[in-house]
Amino acid sequence: MHAGLILAALALGLALASSLVSLPAGRRPWLLRGVALPLFGLAGAAATAAGITALLGGDAATAVLPLGLPWLPWHLRLDALSGFFLTLIGVVTVAVGLYAPSYVRGFENGRDSLPALGGFSGLFLTGMLLVVLADDAFLFMVAWELMSLASYFLVAFHHDNAASRRAAFLYLLMAHIGGLCILLGFGVLASFGGGFDFEAMRAAPLSFGWASVAFVLAFTGFGMKAGLVPLHAWLPEAHPAAPSHISAMMSGVMLKVAVYGFIRVVFDLIGELHWQWGVAVIAIGSVSALLGVLYALMQNDLKRLLAYSSVENVGIVFLGLGLALLFQGSGHPLLATLAFVAALYHAINHALFKSLLFFGAGAILHGTHERDLDQMGGLLRVMPWTGVSFLVGCLSIAALPPFNGFASEWMTFQAALQAWHLESGVLRSLIPISAAMLALTGALGAACFVKVYGVAFLGQARSRHIRGAHRPPVGMRVGQGVLVLLCLAFGLLPTTVVGVIEAVPRQLFGQVLPQATAHGWMWLTPIAPQTASYAAPLIAFVLVLLLGLAFWLSRLGLLRRVRRCDPWDCGNAPPTPRMQYTSTAFAQPMRRVFGLLFRIEEGVETQKDGSLRYRLNVSDRAWEIFYVPIARAVELAAARIVRLQSGNVRIYLGWTLVTLLVLLWIIS
Amino acid sequence: MNATAWLLAIAQALLYVALAPLLVGWVRKVKARLQNRRGPPLLQAYRDLYKLFGKETRVAHTASPLFRAAPYVVFIATWLAAMAIPLLAVDLPTAAIADIIVVVGLLALARFFLALAGMDVGTAFGGMGASREMLIAALAEPAMLMAVFTLAMTAHSTNLSSVVDAHLAAGLVLRPSYLFALGALLLVALAETGRIPVDNPATHLELTMVHEAMILEYSGRHLALMEWAAQIKLLLYGVLIVNVFLPWGIARELLPADLGLGFAAVVVKLLLLGAVLAVGETVLAKMRLFRVPAFLNLALLLALLGLLGHVILEVGA
Repeated sequence: MHAGLILAALALGLALASSLVSLPAGRRPWLLRGVALPLFGLAGAAATAAGITALLGGDAATAVLPLGLPWLPWHLRLDALSGFFLTLIGVVTVAVGLYAPSYVRGFENGRDSLPALGGFSGLFLTGMLLVVLADDAFLFMVAWELMSLASYFLVAFHHDNAASRRAAFLYLLMAHIGGLCILLGFGVLASFGGGFDFEAMRAAPLSFGWASVAFVLAFTGFGMKAGLVPLHAWLPEAHPAAPSHISAMMSGVMLKVAVYGFIRVVFDLIGELHWQWGVAVIAIGSVSALLGVLYALMQNDLKRLLAYSSVENVGIVFLGLGLALLFQGSGHPLLATLAFVAALYHAINHALFKSLLFFGAGAILHGTHERDLDQMGGLLRVMPWTGVSFLVGCLSIAALPPFNGFASEWMTFQAALQAWHLESGVLRSLIPISAAMLALTGALGAACFVKVYGVAFLGQARSRHIRGAHRPPVGMRVGQGVLVLLCLAFGLLPTTVVGVIEAVPRQLFGQVLPQATAHGWMWLTPIAPQTASYAAPLIAFVLVLLLGLAFWLSRLGLLRRVRRCDPWDCGNAPPTPRMQYTSTAFAQPMRRVFGLLFRIEEGVETQKDGSLRYRLNVSDRAWEIFYVPIARAVELAAARIVRLQSGNVRIYLGWTLVTLLVLLWIIS
Repeated sequence: MNATAWLLAIAQALLYVALAPLLVGWVRKVKARLQNRRGPPLLQAYRDLYKLFGKETRVAHTASPLFRAAPYVVFIATWLAAMAIPLLAVDLPTAAIADIIVVVGLLALARFFLALAGMDVGTAFGGMGASREMLIAALAEPAMLMAVFTLAMTAHSTNLSSVVDAHLAAGLVLRPSYLFALGALLLVALAETGRIPVDNPATHLELTMVHEAMILEYSGRHLALMEWAAQIKLLLYGVLIVNVFLPWGIARELLPADLGLGFAAVVVKLLLLGAVLAVGETVLAKMRLFRVPAFLNLALLLALLGLLGHVILEVGA
């Protein structure tokens, strides 16, 4: 048997074992922290090893398990695409395995159920691993539902909180509507291909119309899970509700499993791509990116803000995938490969820095029990380790060179700038406009994370419990440290990363980027050196060299010592912490400029004692535009249908008979 | 050859640092003349920097280590961005390290630390400046990149050196898209370098400051580095505009005569651009913050027209 598959099976086994071991954790809390979570991390290590084997090995390995339906045993397949996503899942899981044992200590004395946390975490991981390994629609759907249901229970973990219950229900509802779309999409492919295994579906001869139906179903289903606008409303509710390391898994990893599903169905199973789909994906991706970041900018709850920023980053990933669809559909495989690699690169970057940021939010929550940015301030001084690692996460997510978020956004820009190759003038002008939206997204993302870091970690503490925050334990710091190193490595060595990711387009399109890696590890030249080049290691080298020089000079005593004094503040009295700009205040200019996109309720209320109170509520327009009408329509339809419900059994039997007759008539 | 090229690249990078205060001095001088003042001497900007470096550096009690690191990061990132822009000659090795998107990214890195430093001490002015700076940057960046994309799509490259090369090879061709992109880039440059009508580098009127509000707490060498970085940024935008849109004179071979001509050409072009900037700052008044989006929307519109003009009129023609 193939080495990669054995490792993958080991990962599955370890994940299941971690789930089983946690069952008695109610009595013996140390089981979760001491056994189950280390097993969880080991499962991640095995998955990473399996993924890297598959990425470097090249050829696909398959296996058939004697489980499942009588005529349809479970097919497993490990190829470059699933290898890439196995690596992505595995790396974050390892970090979670290091971070979580210290984090869950806080739950040991509470009323929360430890067996539920450990058990469902293990099942959640099993589900995600199986999704990327599945090679038939049946196993895929079983694994998909396992992933959705296990994560539902994790979202509902703090179930004594009404908001958590509501978020979990919304998540369950949306996951099932999405699952239904995916199922129908597989149905279309299976009926043309004559079988539920992916091999048959790949061979399915599809007309443009039916292929488009399958595409739309897959895009809706997977897009719902990935949190694309306007199907994103569940995401900012559900992700923050779970414990922080699970939020990291959901935002960092589960969204990428949805991206995997989309790539598998559209790029692999449907196979023949059409540029019209690319236009739709680019449009939805750009809008998601822009709205995601604007809504993130308006949030004051740190975890909610991070969840909205996941909408943004998934939008960027889909923008890249849309470009790949468009270029491949109009016969430019090299450019399609560039856009596709950029999308995958951004997917793994987002997994790394978003997990890092959620770890930081978890460390703050652990140390202060606070999620509201407007209460924080000055945390860099009390939690220096978390402060530095959070800064790396912010620099990465704000797409600043030489960090990793920049490398993938830069490649997305490069792909968009190749639009002049296209024949259609409309497309040639639309793509740069979407690139400009990406630029706006990037700049607003930088504003958003200046706000987060400036308000939470800099300045002075705005409340007493923030000033008395205690530092995170060693395990949490190690988990953060691993992700910091990976963020730096992925930012500084883009050429190496692209060289490894290339295995995926080699499998899907039979195409690589011959120029990208041809000029050594230092130079990233996606198309040709004359077209564009970026030397991240050199930029980082000069930055560090000159910074080190400045530091060395001040150490040597060649520079005059600085003297501490009160803040100047234009000569006003020394400011109190209450005078600092808050998160709400920071976002005010953006709220005013982009006001039409939000639902803003703002007013001044007079209290009973005559004092005034300022009230501000910024909410998501998607609710009123998209969800409320649908909910009303469902309620209206239900009110109509209820007329059938007379309570008379004979009438029900009559309806059953009529339905049967109609069905028989349709079949015959 | 390769060693010469690297040496020349380093010399060019040092030239950016050395010349930046001169451009600011020139703009101030012309502006003073236009306002019937004699104005400070041309070299006053150098004297100011010298004075600041000699002064004691004071840091607020409430400042974190990030506050002390930020001036260095801002200065180095701005300088790195400047290195990639051809000043005297094209095809220098530094131009390949970073293309125009990386330049925009490096400037964003500098701005990120500048805004964080503004928020660090915990004064209201710092936060106000940071918030406004990030808003202006967010609105300016799409216009900037759209304008740059127009150039990049004409030259089929985002490497500035290749763009200049392609422009020189094409000769004197009047491209409508270039005119629109030039207009957009001029407006963006005004916003990004904090000039009138978006921000006023000379103001200390508390509620209208943007850039000054962020560096309010700095003194001594920290302040000098921040000021110097702002001057390099102004020079960077100036060189970007004159050398990309009017590249004539820039050295294409690394010969002393060509380099001398390239230097003379870029100085003349910059003096002219500085004079235009001074005239603009004299006839315009600073606008309210919430008028700035309209100003930058104009830049975006111009850039969009340039892009559409390129796509419709020029591709394939």
